[in-house]
Amino acid sequence: MADASIGLWTVPLAVLGGAIRVSTPFLFVSLGECITERSGRINLGLEGTLVMGAMSAYGISYLSGSPWLGVLAAGITGALFGALHAGICSLPRVNDIAVGIALMLLGTGLAFFLGKPLIEPTAARLPAIDFGWWSDVPQVRAALRINVLFLIGVAIAPLLYWAFKTTRWGLLIRTAGESADAARAMGHSVLLIRLRATMVGGFLAGIGGSFLSLFYPGSWNEGLSSGQGITAVALVIFARWDPMLCLWASLAFGGAAALGPALQSVGVTSGYHLFNASPYILTLAIMIITCSPKRTLTGAPAELSITR
Amino acid sequence: MTAEVESVDAAGVAPAADPGFLQRYGTSIEYILIPCAALIGALAVFGGFVALYGKNPLDLYFYMYYGAFGTAFSWQNTLTRAAPLILTALCTALPAQLGMVIIGGEGALLIGALSATSAALALQGAAPIVVQIAMVIAGMIGGGLWITLSGGLRQYRGVNETISSLLLVYIALAILNHLVEGPLRDPASLNKPSTREIGAANMIGTIPGTDVHWGLAFGLVAAVAAYILIYHTTFGFAARVAGGNIRAARIVGLGVGKLILTVCFLAGACAGLAGMVEVAAVQGRTNANLAAGYGFTGILVAFLARQNPVAIIPVAILLGGISASGGLLQRRLGLPDASVLVLQGIIFVFVLASDALYGRIGFLKGKS
Repeated sequence: MADASIGLWTVPLAVLGGAIRVSTPFLFVSLGECITERSGRINLGLEGTLVMGAMSAYGISYLSGSPWLGVLAAGITGALFGALHAGICSLPRVNDIAVGIALMLLGTGLAFFLGKPLIEPTAARLPAIDFGWWSDVPQVRAALRINVLFLIGVAIAPLLYWAFKTTRWGLLIRTAGESADAARAMGHSVLLIRLRATMVGGFLAGIGGSFLSLFYPGSWNEGLSSGQGITAVALVIFARWDPMLCLWASLAFGGAAALGPALQSVGVTSGYHLFNASPYILTLAIMIITCSPKRTLTGAPAELSITR
Repeated sequence: MTAEVESVDAAGVAPAADPGFLQRYGTSIEYILIPCAALIGALAVFGGFVALYGKNPLDLYFYMYYGAFGTAFSWQNTLTRAAPLILTALCTALPAQLGMVIIGGEGALLIGALSATSAALALQGAAPIVVQIAMVIAGMIGGGLWITLSGGLRQYRGVNETISSLLLVYIALAILNHLVEGPLRDPASLNKPSTREIGAANMIGTIPGTDVHWGLAFGLVAAVAAYILIYHTTFGFAARVAGGNIRAARIVGLGVGKLILTVCFLAGACAGLAGMVEVAAVQGRTNANLAAGYGFTGILVAFLARQNPVAIIPVAILLGGISASGGLLQRRLGLPDASVLVLQGIIFVFVLASDALYGRIGFLKGKS
């Protein structure tokens, strides 16, 4: 049996496979949040957006039979939630962190409400590309069955890095994030820039949600996302608002999140729940190590309320 | 419920003819009028949402009122749910005086419940009053330390307290699941892993003549004590100064770090007490049922009450009523159980958006 022949290698292999599989939602949410935060606003509601995205993707995929339509629907839902967040935050004296918490509750509630009839049926799932065809070991093949969304996410990270650095849009977003007054003096509407940045951020987070329901774990239920959205928001902070660092951090997180199930598959079950909490513990640990009370974080957009 | 809200409205609008009255009370009226308007707006939107779902919104409002405040039974159900909400709302409202946004009340509740249960199990055989006091103390210390962790990370490491407190919720849930399925598991609990029961004698029981447990009294006392602490003591004054302007607070020599840690401890202690109450008055043991979302609804209660500890009491009763009516909405209208969550989310959005209205309502400005 192949299982016996690779023995303890199962764990690192499963962690690698998990790093690729589990990291995708982290990657999309953190890239989306990266855009939003670079424009000077924080959207804590992406947890709700993620769940809404997962639900709408599953629903549309089930109704239309096309998972890609589902992905699009998830993105649009996410963009609408982003618009809602940005719209409320445009009002005077409204705290963007509080609005995020509200949208987290609203998004989760709405997804559970509308998703009730979707728990039973099975929707068409996203296809995977088999990169492990050269291997005979089933675990290797399982680890290398990679979804196209992951590849898209990996491509978006350097694209975003380049866009922030060299394009007009990137400069506008960064200006709005560093100094709203400067952007205003240049004749741009800060609110409009932030609205667009939050909508694009929501779009990406929604797609991250579609991955949850349409590929891995690949079904819709109410326990689908347990804090991935909020972990991804924290991840942006220690990735220092750099899209490339978001990519590496997401991979590390995916690996950490896959540790629990991987250990369970080889018979280590005692600390199952604690291993499952490892992404949160890791996030907290990294934030403790990298933050400092004495200075603002390097790379932090100056307008961001969370670092002020 | 709508009827009640409207009557408050009427009381606010009626004396508008007297400008001196408005000059004096304009701001206070705003604090009542604007949240009520936000509530009505949220209810209207929720009614529209339910209408799209194919149900009659008038039925919805009736069953919500009936399920929350219509009968003695529903009142008791409402108050039973309001008790933990008052306590978890304090977990957000107290740090808010310092300008901190703590949203981890759910985690402190779970840790408080675990600590209280452990204390009760360790003291099996002692007099019930001893066990109960030990549970209160253990629950408060457990929950208090949990939120102090967030406060300390903010003070000494600059870690954002909103994110850290939310991450700690998931960590608390993992610890709870780990303990009830491992070291603390009652071998007799097969389908639903739980700790052993704390024992019927050690339950805190109900307020005489009602089915409402004593947790409600805990909540009321805690809310009033928090109000006195914030508005009528030097400590509370110092906290509000630090919340208003942290540099000014440092210049006048306030120990900001100590303030943050103390307030966070008290806040967490309230949520931990909520966990103790849920164990000692409702569940009788610790299991995953405790993660019922009281901590998250508490955030909404605190914001709706504008972080005022006394205002938390009526708001908690209102939100407790909404969640109490959830069962009836499910049975009579066939709405999913998540409809309560949707309504809570809509209310939250409306309340935050209504922040923009303060000081802008023409006829309330007085001087004109």
